[in-house]
Amino acid sequence: MSSIFPPAAQTAAARRGFLSGFGKLTLSATAIALLAGHDRLALVGPAAAKTAGNDVTFLNAALAAEQEAIAAYQVGAASGLLQKPVLDLAVQFQGHHKEHAAALAATVKKLGGTPVAGKAQYSFPVDKLKTQADVLGFAAELERGAVSAYLGAIPILDDRELAKVAASILGDEAMHWAVLRQALGQPPVPSAFVS
Amino acid sequence: MKYPFAAVICLIAGASLCQAADGDPGRGAQIYQRCLACHSLEHNRSGPRHCGLFGRPAAALPDFSYSPALKSSGLVWDEASLDHFLENPLKAVPGTRMAYAGVKNSQERADLIAYLKSATRDAEKCPSGSSP
Repeated sequence: MSSIFPPAAQTAAARRGFLSGFGKLTLSATAIALLAGHDRLALVGPAAAKTAGNDVTFLNAALAAEQEAIAAYQVGAASGLLQKPVLDLAVQFQGHHKEHAAALAATVKKLGGTPVAGKAQYSFPVDKLKTQADVLGFAAELERGAVSAYLGAIPILDDRELAKVAASILGDEAMHWAVLRQALGQPPVPSAFVS
Repeated sequence: MKYPFAAVICLIAGASLCQAADGDPGRGAQIYQRCLACHSLEHNRSGPRHCGLFGRPAAALPDFSYSPALKSSGLVWDEASLDHFLENPLKAVPGTRMAYAGVKNSQERADLIAYLKSATRDAEKCPSGSSP
């Protein structure tokens, strides 16, 4: 199982960032490139924002889900139930969600919208998280849902470049889901299609 | 390619006569996994919780912040309203924050609704306090 996890050296910095909370978000090179190539976002103003209603709605819905995922991984890591190298994996995945959230929030602003704020507190089924497998299963459930959420949103996006960004995030979430399933001893890719 | 008889009838008679048969809550439970990025039965997430859903007016949970559009929709959640909403949320309630294209397959919607009808009334899945 350990072959699916990243080298410890790679995740040490991520863990420090993880433990420091959400205050140091920066867009990854990939996200910047995706968003920088987004002509409409670069030129957007209030008028364009009016035509981007569905897109802003989606972006804020996705942002809310990403914020919750960040918080969920925080709960998992702080639970004391995750052992290395699983903990490092969770830290890395949380870092991805932070990058998604930062990219989504920046895009909402560029579209003239207001990024939805994260909740001060989330309701997670912590009473049901007794083992590492419970935590991994919970995370897998969230990642699986995220794949479906992005898949269900892409058809309604007005902007094809934005759909491309959403598809990019979907791919990342799907990899998270597959790796978590593998860690749980489940077939990592349960079917040829996702829905 | 041969079309199944039922599909041919649907094409001739129109979609309104082709409502899916009774839903299967077991299949619906699998479909509900698509919803889990934003919803759960027991807890509010980025979307509202589902316990106690049937018979509840839309936007009625006091501890969840809904869109103005859903608040003024006048919907009451039952099989018919859920079927309509889930097919295309943004078309059914323009302005909803549920940014999801919808469950386009009528049998899948029937399955999902059958699961919701069962699970949201289940005392184990929806303990006291999780329904308004």
